[in-house]
Amino acid sequence: MIRFDQVSVTYGDDAAPAVHGVDLTVPEGELVLVVGPSGVGKSTLLGAVSGLVPHFTGGTLHGRVTVDGRDTRENRPRELADVVGTVGQDPLAHFVTDTVEDELAYGMECLGLPPDTMRRRVEETLDLLGLADLRDRPLATLSGGQMQRVAIGSVLTTHPKVLVLDEPTSALDPAAAEEVLAVLQRLVHDLGTTVLMAEHRLERVVQYADQVLLLPAPGAAPVLGEPAEVMALSPVRPPVVALGRLAGWSPLPLSVRDARRRAAGLRERLDTLEPLETPETPAGRGGPDGPDGSGGGEPLAEVSSLSVRRGRITALEKVDLTVRPGETIALMGRNGAGKSTLLNTLVGMYEPARGTVRLGGASGAVPHRTRPSELLRRVGLVPQDPRDLLYADTVAAECAGADRDAGAEPGTCRALVSALLPDVHDGTHPRDLSEGQRLALALAVVLTAAPPLLLLDEPTRGLDYAAKERLTGVLRALAEDGHAIVLATHDVELAAELARRVVILADGEVVADGPSAEVVTSSPAFAPQTAKILAPRRWLTVGQVRAALEEAGAGV
Amino acid sequence: MTLRQSLSALRAPRATRSNALHAGAWWLWALGLATAASRTTNPLLLALIVAVTAYVVAARRTDAPWARGYGAFLKIALAVLVIRLFFAVFLGSPIPGTTVLFTLPEVPLPDWAQGVRIGGRVTAEGLVFALRDGLKLATMLVCVGAANALASPARLLKSLPAALYEAGMAVVVAMTFAPHLIADVRRLRAARRLRGRDDKGIRAVLRIGLPVLEGALERSVALAASMDARGYGRTARVPPAVRRTTAALTLGGLLGVCAGTYGLLAARGAALGLPVLLLGLAAALGGLWLGGRRAVRSRYRPDRWGARAWLVSASGAAVGAAVVWAAARLPEALDPPPVPLTAPELPLWPAAAVLAGLLPAFVAPAPAPRTETDAGSVSRSGQIPPAKETTRA
Repeated sequence: MIRFDQVSVTYGDDAAPAVHGVDLTVPEGELVLVVGPSGVGKSTLLGAVSGLVPHFTGGTLHGRVTVDGRDTRENRPRELADVVGTVGQDPLAHFVTDTVEDELAYGMECLGLPPDTMRRRVEETLDLLGLADLRDRPLATLSGGQMQRVAIGSVLTTHPKVLVLDEPTSALDPAAAEEVLAVLQRLVHDLGTTVLMAEHRLERVVQYADQVLLLPAPGAAPVLGEPAEVMALSPVRPPVVALGRLAGWSPLPLSVRDARRRAAGLRERLDTLEPLETPETPAGRGGPDGPDGSGGGEPLAEVSSLSVRRGRITALEKVDLTVRPGETIALMGRNGAGKSTLLNTLVGMYEPARGTVRLGGASGAVPHRTRPSELLRRVGLVPQDPRDLLYADTVAAECAGADRDAGAEPGTCRALVSALLPDVHDGTHPRDLSEGQRLALALAVVLTAAPPLLLLDEPTRGLDYAAKERLTGVLRALAEDGHAIVLATHDVELAAELARRVVILADGEVVADGPSAEVVTSSPAFAPQTAKILAPRRWLTVGQVRAALEEAGAGV
Repeated sequence: MTLRQSLSALRAPRATRSNALHAGAWWLWALGLATAASRTTNPLLLALIVAVTAYVVAARRTDAPWARGYGAFLKIALAVLVIRLFFAVFLGSPIPGTTVLFTLPEVPLPDWAQGVRIGGRVTAEGLVFALRDGLKLATMLVCVGAANALASPARLLKSLPAALYEAGMAVVVAMTFAPHLIADVRRLRAARRLRGRDDKGIRAVLRIGLPVLEGALERSVALAASMDARGYGRTARVPPAVRRTTAALTLGGLLGVCAGTYGLLAARGAALGLPVLLLGLAAALGGLWLGGRRAVRSRYRPDRWGARAWLVSASGAAVGAAVVWAAARLPEALDPPPVPLTAPELPLWPAAAVLAGLLPAFVAPAPAPRTETDAGSVSRSGQIPPAKETTRA
């Protein structure tokens, strides 16, 4: 269905090609997952299928890409629109019209299909994707998962033979991601659609893949093969695969179900062990501060019976939360549950309708009445899109600005940047950095004022496993220094790795608050893969298992 | 059938996609009211027109983002009014008034600037005149705002001729960009707070100008890529002869329209003007029709022009016609002279005619009751239904 024939793509005057030596065939009706670290050319490869590379992006494409027998060299993206459907990471950037039904019909209108065919296909697609109740809704009022389903539906109506998806679930909460993936699987099974998908969150998708296409390093030749075989070579891997490698299972398990069936032995071995009390593992950092795992000392933030209204919506209702020094708290919950609102209220962007927010003990400051320059020293927030924090056109200027804002010693911010990002030059434009680098820069800017309380909103969006690991290390070090960290995240693996307390919000109310091991393992939606495999014992991360096995001296 | 049953059959139905009122009907209604507003300076009558639009908007607008524009238009209208008054106070007014309210220090100007005045006497008559004049303009703006809130711009686009569709699409996309830009400005201004900088005042907005523009540019590039990949701009192959004829007809037609209009407006040549204008118009329309053959687009469920659309547009037209006619018959009542100062009176039957503009609030399909939904806090509805057979056409 898709054929790459000695393809390499070079952008502009770049010395090295973005992808090189791609020579492979994707057969019809397969779900192929494209994996690899960020910046390795996954998006370029996907763009080459829809013809956007090079027709839209520029650059030079050597070799030949054919889709359903059509050469992308001669056919521009709009002429391939009836064969290839493309969905990106941000559905809002994909929408052309303003209501669900019109959006589903847009592609067919462009192809000039007759009205009765369009009507029938819209109805079919509404049913297929479970969107029938939303048909008249303006797109702007949908939740993230609904938007992504509409975006997929909008390219399905033209009945493309190939569906190209670039990180379709990375902005979604676990449940919404399940929805989208269930739809994709149905397409592959029922309609025989060929799906080519790139995704950083392998733990969500790798089990659905028929084949995996691994791009190991920039410019290196890709490897296409059975998921289990490719995962054995891959530098990026989900926890289930990491656990399989640790236990020496072969072939490697890809789904929790596979792993559970093989894990009986491992479970037995772990039965006599406990998750280790090392500083590495979140469960171990309780120390002498008390059985509930909360740190000692004056609370850094106290939220009591807080209600926040946004327009006609009650975004938060009677929320209580106390954050103490050294604590790391994960805020979880579906899209729109009020996680971001809570973080933004802590930095004074919203005024509480009822209840109080206090930073730094009884004598503390009320965020929305505190001057920004004063607030900076008490609390720092890295927003969902780190670009919101970056205004200057070079890294150096950004750092100088941050030093001025914080009244810090000149060079403070630059030192932080160097610690977080060893290989970033002063003259680089912040927008040219990768997602992970940009996040690190924003984090350095926020840390310049040395706030004791650090808030992060969805920090792992768009990060690969390596970048996530670096972030985890940085945040752990900060927590050890006595910073309190609150992170709102959909990433259950990150929460298991970092947080020792998890707060789950639903419809603006706190529905669970307690040590991660308890909260996370009791809910299938929020449990990390390791916990699912090793249930009912409370192991959360592969790191815990590895450390425990090494300690016990058991041959791994 | 009992009386009650027949009455309930007449009641406005709940709005759905299939009975949605044609967007053009709303625009005709609003333009009718705007025409009425342009023919009177009677503040009572103008206030009545604004009240009529406000009532209809309140009764018939939906939850959609574009429906929230009415408030913004009200603010713009108020700004127009204030600016008009400001000019009347500081630059004087051509109205010879006798009731001096206060006197501002006058800036002495050289001889050659005669007729221009800065500061000086401010008369009640001048202010009243400026107020009525500004109110007229403000009312017309509010009428446009009402149409904007009631009719989706994308739906209106579906009624354009095929040859103009692509240009129209670009305009609509550009229009939806404005709300995104405002949201960006708000978000970035709030983010300044996180850097410890002030988030209030005009300087804060100016400082984030560059990041906002960069973001907008990135978004438009992403949207353009998406539109391209979805088939925007696909054209059918037409023979070169047809293409050339299209170009010739369109160009020639537009030239004809220009020449004809000039002929009609010029002192001489009116006899030649009308035929040239009509000929040009015909050629231009022919060009558009031929140009439509290049477009392969089809239309998904275009709005139908039904009886309710006729009623809505007719009510607007009736208001416009009645007030235009009244303006000729009762100039004193509709355009009261500013000198001497008198309290405005409400002319009874033109006011009654304006009330006819309320008709859409009763005949247009009623939007679904407001739900407690908004961006960001929507309960996810609907599990994925069990597999259904889908056919590939």
